[in-house]
Amino acid sequence: MIALLMRDLRLAMRAGGGFGLGLAFFLIVVTLVPFGVGPETGLLARIAPGILWLGALLACLLSLDRILALDWEDGSLDLLATSPLPLEGIVTMKALAHWITTGLPLVIASPLFAVLMSLPGAGYAPLVLSLLLGTPALSVIGTFGAALTVGIKRGGLLLSLLVLPLYVPTLIFGAEMARRGAEGADTTTPMLMLAGISAGVIALLPFASAAVLRVNLR
Amino acid sequence: MNLNALWEYANPLKFMRTTERALPYFWVAAVVCLVVGLVWGFFFTPDDFRQGSTVKIFYLHVPSAMMAINIWVMMLITSLVWIVRRHHVSALAARAAAPIGAVMTVIALATGAIWGQPMWGTWWAWDPRLTSFLILFLFYLGYIALWEAIENDDTAADLTAVLCLVGSVFALLSRYAVNFWNQGLHQGASLSLDKKENVADVFWFPALVSIAGFVLLFIALVILRTNTEIRARRMRALLARERLG
Amino acid sequence: MMPDLGKYAEAVLSSYAVSILLIVALVVLSVRRSRKVRAQLDDIETRRKNHGEG
Repeated sequence: MIALLMRDLRLAMRAGGGFGLGLAFFLIVVTLVPFGVGPETGLLARIAPGILWLGALLACLLSLDRILALDWEDGSLDLLATSPLPLEGIVTMKALAHWITTGLPLVIASPLFAVLMSLPGAGYAPLVLSLLLGTPALSVIGTFGAALTVGIKRGGLLLSLLVLPLYVPTLIFGAEMARRGAEGADTTTPMLMLAGISAGVIALLPFASAAVLRVNLR
Repeated sequence: MNLNALWEYANPLKFMRTTERALPYFWVAAVVCLVVGLVWGFFFTPDDFRQGSTVKIFYLHVPSAMMAINIWVMMLITSLVWIVRRHHVSALAARAAAPIGAVMTVIALATGAIWGQPMWGTWWAWDPRLTSFLILFLFYLGYIALWEAIENDDTAADLTAVLCLVGSVFALLSRYAVNFWNQGLHQGASLSLDKKENVADVFWFPALVSIAGFVLLFIALVILRTNTEIRARRMRALLARERLG
Repeated sequence: MMPDLGKYAEAVLSSYAVSILLIVALVVLSVRRSRKVRAQLDDIETRRKNHGEG
């Protein structure tokens, strides 16, 4: 399983898309927002947590179809499925690789982008923490969506349609936590909910993803 | 009734034969209940002292909202039956029900918006209940789109069934998340009407008839559409066999 | 016969119109598709039967 993870990471590095693309997309979203709503600092500061969360979510979404599609096309997914590794473990590793290449860079870079959005000083720690807690859930849910649509040609748009409603709870609690943090309010409740959702999703959803993948490989 | 006898209807032919005999009765009952309920509600109920005549929207809004949720529950049950017992009728019934559920959600949202305009002064507010329905609508859309996108019938049935299961969990989660989120914004000052204080008997009886009408209409539509799906599936199978030789 | 809807006539009438329109559209589309599929299936089945005999 570790070998599989390393292989996925190496592939993502070599293709160059993984690390760079998501971050660049995040940057573009953050750059475009002031053009849309105006450069007023107070307004930007108020919407910063939400925009940063949305940007992270969209950047995550952008790379979802790469999780499984490439392995599906060249047949290595069939090989993996016939290997002694449980399929549940394989999808978990896929999600983990996706998180390390997309989610983690977003978490690390988010304070920089928060500066662009003039986030109040108190908001940085909650923002980073909320992204750290929330993005793994985004990757795992996204892997489920990718497993559902892996057999469909040009399934990218469908993937978004399926995955975005599933992102609602994570987004709500994550953005709420970042927002409360920026206002200097207590963040405990949304943080616990967010952590709960992430834990539950990581524990249970790989089984659904594996079941769906088995159907698709049939 | 012996519960095992129920599984006989898992045979598509038997299902079609039985349901198509019953279908006309459901149509008649649905039309009668809908006409009675809506005409009673529209013409013969007094205006509410606070809401004036807009209370008449109640007879459309509440039944459609109830159906929007119940149809999803029905899809969840039929999906589970498909996963556990692998009866094709069950999977096809879920497929047949989804567009009806989507239309019901649209009706609930549209009547809600039209009702909200004079009552709350706005077409749309991010009230927890409204927001949940919008999310439910997105789930319906995704579910229908997934059915349409996959060519192999069994694969499509399996994948949509899992999506329905996972979607149900997330829909519930969203419902609570949305409640939390809006309270965070408005400190619990919900715009939603309190249904209990609203419903006197004068309004309740026509509403019950109307709800019965919606349920019956749903049953009739589901039977019709399930049988359509069964035939369409058989047709695809026959065509595939012809192509093979 | 028409009840006095007061100042909310527009809202009440339009919500009834929208709902009834959507329901009728759903029923019509369902019935039409049912007829079409049934006719197509009958077509194919008679063709197959004739084919089998001939």
